Amino acid sequence: MSDPLAFLDADGRRLRDLPDFASDGETLKALYAAMVRTRSFDTKAISLQRTGRLGTYASSLGQEAISVGVVGAMQDADVFLPSFREHGGQLWRGVTLEELFLYWGGDERGNDFAGPRQDFPVCIPVASQFPHAAGVALAMQQKGERGVAVAVGGDGATSKGDFYESLNVVGTWQLPAVFVINNNEWAISVPRKEQTRARRLADKAVAAGIPGEQVDGNDVIAVREATTRALSRARAGKGGTLIECLSYRLGDHTTADDASRYRDEAEVSLHWKREPLTRLRNHLVEAHGWSKENEEALLRSCGDEIDAAAEAYLATEAESPGAMFAHLYASPPREISAQAEEFGDD
Amino acid sequence: MTDMTMIEAIRTALGRALQDDADVVLFGEDVGIDGGVFRATDGLIQRFGAARVRDTPLSETVIAGMAVGAAAHGLKPVAEIQFMGFLYPAIDQLANHAARLRNRTRGRLSCPMVLRAPYGGGIKAPEHHSESMEAMLAHIPGLRVVIPSTPARAYGLLLAAIRNPDPVVFLEPKRLYRALSEPVSDDGLALPIGEAVLEREGGDVTLVSWGAMLMETRAATDMLASEGIEAELIDLSSLKPIDRETVRTSVEKTGRCVIIHEAPLTAGLGAEISADLAEHCLTSLLAPIYRVAGYDTVMPYPRLEDHYMPSAVRILRAVHNVMEFE
Repeated sequence: MSDPLAFLDADGRRLRDLPDFASDGETLKALYAAMVRTRSFDTKAISLQRTGRLGTYASSLGQEAISVGVVGAMQDADVFLPSFREHGGQLWRGVTLEELFLYWGGDERGNDFAGPRQDFPVCIPVASQFPHAAGVALAMQQKGERGVAVAVGGDGATSKGDFYESLNVVGTWQLPAVFVINNNEWAISVPRKEQTRARRLADKAVAAGIPGEQVDGNDVIAVREATTRALSRARAGKGGTLIECLSYRLGDHTTADDASRYRDEAEVSLHWKREPLTRLRNHLVEAHGWSKENEEALLRSCGDEIDAAAEAYLATEAESPGAMFAHLYASPPREISAQAEEFGDD
Repeated sequence: MTDMTMIEAIRTALGRALQDDADVVLFGEDVGIDGGVFRATDGLIQRFGAARVRDTPLSETVIAGMAVGAAAHGLKPVAEIQFMGFLYPAIDQLANHAARLRNRTRGRLSCPMVLRAPYGGGIKAPEHHSESMEAMLAHIPGLRVVIPSTPARAYGLLLAAIRNPDPVVFLEPKRLYRALSEPVSDDGLALPIGEAVLEREGGDVTLVSWGAMLMETRAATDMLASEGIEAELIDLSSLKPIDRETVRTSVEKTGRCVIIHEAPLTAGLGAEISADLAEHCLTSLLAPIYRVAGYDTVMPYPRLEDHYMPSAVRILRAVHNVMEFE
């Protein structure tokens, strides 16, 4: 069994030659900036929730490299189908900060992305996005598009039939799909080892007859490289791939959760030493002259942008209540128009 | 015009949809070379190829969920669940995704899919093959649920379902697949979803039914006519939305109503229709509204099946009760 694919260790030291894209400092800085932006969004979202200005929110703290690495390898014509913990990927794809705030603030308009119009909104029922990805991939294959459907789910999602059944059809029909597992070790309070006796979640690909690969999910270079290869295979008509990204959920499951009920702080502290931002920053400092000034400027610009988006979100009025009737059907049946009329919204 | 059974009309409509629209794809278990266990797709793989008429792995969750993804990305999938008893795993995808995608994206993505499934009893099938759970589906906001009762209506409503920009569950009364035939024109014309069919006019009592139960209900109206009772017969056709206006108008005229369905009585759609009439037609009513329905039992195995199914005799008894009410 091979070790998980990794290029940088926890301190940012090179473990092997970097892939071509990672020799370019600007590319790496863009990946780093996207991860910092994701973490800044996370911090702001939690603070808004704690002060009653956002709904229940699922933090992606510590898993930024997965989302950013995966979508960084994608093309515009691909379709991203995220779980509820992949904010970084959504942002990279062009979903705006304000749209994310709107969504997590309880407003459907947050899913009406101005940017990636074909991307799916986050999927709350665990693993049910994988069948959608198979369907999107089927449509792409049928229409002769060169796109790939990329779905991300958590370690818990791999226990569900939806995941297995979708992986199976992707294999059977050689569909252009990539399934990514954000293995953050915890499905709310159930640790990975109590989720399955499988030695690696990536091994679940064996049953579907497709390649399964394990990567260091805290190494954005590894995640992006593995995804790039998987996307190339899919685009070449060679079918799907399962990628298991090893990471750790540094935060609670959501703002409604208290992880101290079920896991030791010592374990969390240990994983803080392996989190994804530090290693890439160290590498940027060492190989591409990333300075303290660069770092401060990035943090400042992310903070400013996120504060402005939060202000815009908070200043956005709720939709007219009639919206709950208006978007259910392309042409509302009389039953719905009658109820809308009875409700009496202007 | 050709004489067709319902299964032939369904197959003809599927062929027409595949012919007319390159985005239409069929998939499900055994729909390819086998032509479906009831032969609804017989011959279609030969005409349209294995890319558009696809045998899926045996995965109801994927059949429904893949339809959602494919529909959102530009195809018009017509997916088949082999029997209604195997549709339950698909309900997660129908309720959580198909029915909500347009609303939750404020129209950015939509889900123009059809999920077909044979439903109902009366053909001595094994357990789990004979259920009538249409009310569960009709309870899901964002769906449409359609049940035809004649070959011509099956043809027109299935085309309407496939052309509908939103998800439609199309339930096929399998007892009627080969029970009757009538002339059907393959003219590509759809019938409107959400409109009931007034099959027979009469001034004494309104009978509302759908699907295979129309067989017993039609027989009952003939028997009633010989007794001098003129029943008005409505084939509801669409269970969601319900054509409340047609039912109300009829009951305002007759003052009496009996609702007949094969599904279990409690929380069945007869309850919804009855409640609607109580709200809107109270002053027209001359008698309580009666329901003739399946019992609140598990669908019995074939040896007791006939005792479960509402019979013309039970319908007559209910009509006599409302006619004699004072």
